[in-house]
Amino acid sequence: MTCTDIQTAIHGYLDGELDPLRNLEIEQHLQHCAVCSQTYKADQALQTAVKTGAQYYSAPADLRKRIQSSIRQVAKSEPIFPAMPWRWLAVAASVAVVVILAWALSPRLHGLDTEQLVAQEVVSSHVRSLMVDHVADVMSSDQHTVKPWFTGKLDFSPPVKNLAKEGFPLVGGRLDYLDNRAVAALVYQRQNHFINLFIWPSSRDTHVNTKALARQGYHLFHWTQSGMTYWAVSDLNTTGLQEFVQLVQQ
Amino acid sequence: MWKERDVPEQTVARFEQVVLPHMDAAYNLARWLTRNDHDAEDLVQESYLRAFKFFGSFQGANARGWLLTIVRNTCYTWFRENRPQELTTSFDENIHSTEADPFDPEKLLLQSESGQLLKQAMEELPLEFREVLTLRELEGLSYKEIAVIAGIPPGTVMSRLARARSRLKQGLTKLVNKER
Repeated sequence: MTCTDIQTAIHGYLDGELDPLRNLEIEQHLQHCAVCSQTYKADQALQTAVKTGAQYYSAPADLRKRIQSSIRQVAKSEPIFPAMPWRWLAVAASVAVVVILAWALSPRLHGLDTEQLVAQEVVSSHVRSLMVDHVADVMSSDQHTVKPWFTGKLDFSPPVKNLAKEGFPLVGGRLDYLDNRAVAALVYQRQNHFINLFIWPSSRDTHVNTKALARQGYHLFHWTQSGMTYWAVSDLNTTGLQEFVQLVQQ
Repeated sequence: MWKERDVPEQTVARFEQVVLPHMDAAYNLARWLTRNDHDAEDLVQESYLRAFKFFGSFQGANARGWLLTIVRNTCYTWFRENRPQELTTSFDENIHSTEADPFDPEKLLLQSESGQLLKQAMEELPLEFREVLTLRELEGLSYKEIAVIAGIPPGTVMSRLARARSRLKQGLTKLVNKER
């Protein structure tokens, strides 16, 4: 065994990581080689110096507290709508889906026009977003976080307003698919009610004045503004939703 | 029909019992890697939140090793984003270059500031050398455990430690001679 051979293995020897045979080989070499023996002693001294002299950084007490409370917070914040009457909503949502499906499957029977079809899509999208616990892809009350999030995901830039001061805090944003295209869905909240605001560029030049509709207990508002089509949907009462729509339109 | 999404209290309690006790190990590693308190604290907190998120996939054998793997990866991601130059290490050092000016432990111990010198010499080492030395000398982990955390074969742990110690000896010798 040459000095070059043991250069690396000597560290395995020092750390007690070699098998007995290799250990023996190293020991024998060290007995006969003064150079390697000196290197080994220096490595041993170095190891002792590091083990005893290098600082072991203990976690600061306030970090410990911070981590513990942030974990408890994460554990608690998992449900998105803690105050929602789950059972009632579940029943309402499944009824809505059945009604929507029945309606959607027989559009000719009901003679629905495009606007009514979109209204149906808007309602089912709203219900779906609440059912699968997926209101938002980006959760933020900051419009400067939500607006850039859509960049690169859509071929237009939706106007995003935070209406927290007015009593409609922004919850976040989501990508959705309506009227055969990808659209922006902004989610707002008033107390326990969620509002989905869908925005996409108008395909027609037609101007639509604010129009109120109702579907299965959900209220809808529809309008166009600056070349964009807007749909707002919620289980909030008409007055509340109208107030929201006026704020968006300002 | 509705699945309860709240994390059960017993899961939080188990996490606190199994993973929280290793916070010193997590902080010590992050501190030696980043070399400052502020970033180390942020990265340990981020690591813990990730650990909590993936706690379901933890098999329960070695909580310290599992946590340290997360800390190590969180730190490396941070380095890639904030200090990419530290991830490119030059390996031109010669393992025998210390022979001309051998490391003399006596000289180091005679220094009143030996702890400070050691800290400085260790902090001057490349990232992956600080990593193996911290895990081996300060955490006392086996080659096998270090291999899992650093994602390298155990044989590489040994050769990396050999290079790390050689570089540390060179650095210390330089510092001790300067002090004299």
